[in-house]
Amino acid sequence: MASLKELKGRINSVKSTQKITKAKQMVAAAKLRRAQAAAEAARPYGVKMAEVMGSLASKISVSDSSPKLIAGTGKDQIHLLVVANSDKGLCGAFNSNIVRAAKARAEELKADGKTVLFYLIGRKGRAPIMRDWPKSILHHFDTTDVRDPGYAEAERIVAELVALYEQGKFDKAHLFFSKFKNALTQEPTEQQIIPVPAPKVAAVGGSGAAVEYEPDEDEVLVELLPRYLKTQIFGALLENMASEQGASMTAMDNATRNAGDLINKLTIQYNRSRQAAITTELIEIIAGAEAL
Amino acid sequence: MALHFELVTPAKLVRSEEVHMVVVPGGEGDFGVLQGHAPVMSTIRDGALMVYKTEGAVPEEIQVRGGFAEVSDKGLTVLAESVIG
Repeated sequence: MASLKELKGRINSVKSTQKITKAKQMVAAAKLRRAQAAAEAARPYGVKMAEVMGSLASKISVSDSSPKLIAGTGKDQIHLLVVANSDKGLCGAFNSNIVRAAKARAEELKADGKTVLFYLIGRKGRAPIMRDWPKSILHHFDTTDVRDPGYAEAERIVAELVALYEQGKFDKAHLFFSKFKNALTQEPTEQQIIPVPAPKVAAVGGSGAAVEYEPDEDEVLVELLPRYLKTQIFGALLENMASEQGASMTAMDNATRNAGDLINKLTIQYNRSRQAAITTELIEIIAGAEAL
Repeated sequence: MALHFELVTPAKLVRSEEVHMVVVPGGEGDFGVLQGHAPVMSTIRDGALMVYKTEGAVPEEIQVRGGFAEVSDKGLTVLAESVIG
């Protein structure tokens, strides 16, 4: 049985932990609202972009002369896994879920005899991937110095990815991030980003009217592809941010509740031992008095 | 007749309204879009969109950076990377 002083100390330490988790939960709730608003605001652009991309893709035929971003390198050897994580912890299994999905994919590809490389966004994915794939990390994109990864970051990431692609460092890229469903559920998602898959939404309202392209189809496509890629990454970053806050909120809510339970249990134990101590003391006094 | 004009950036939907005409700084030169324009898909260069609310009105200038303009039977959609001001 722990001493009274020890118990008191433990109760206090759990209490201060509870204060931290509670604060973090409230912060996450506030941030979640903001992240959701940002994701919502970005949606029209993404939808429009997919529409335009879809209508363009339905009009051109992919050939060898098409830009490499859509036609591929003609090889299928080196796969780049772009893993987007958060920079901060305290968000439950959010990061490990993404990492697990990426690792599972990496093992699969390796079993197929492919080369796997990683491109990491955010700090939290680095350590666990480093452990299993120490030599495969191509690049780590640091987002610690920006508060909310936004379009500017997506732009830089895409510029780096495209540069690596042009250098022939990889043939295919997959993006891993967490899709935000609601505050309770986030879904680790994999998406092929390079070569750009033609969006499935084929020409919405395709009236069949001949669309004039200025300057011409190919040039428009060359311009459009990196932008499309940017919106994909941007969308993923936003989804990730909302997911992180959602996961954090749920995790911290649980932690706060667990801490409450623990405090109750410890308090009961504390009171019991206090009473036991008092009873023992009384018995000793009475026994001493009787002996006289 | 009015032209449906939408201006979208990654950050938000900037405009969605009925206007008379918009002059777009296309990659190969400015072009005006009126209601019933033939479908066009064009790159745009950095410059100002001129939005004419009504015929003969003083145009409103919106500075845009990088992107696309698409004219379809639904109207004009400008996808810009950023809007200044």
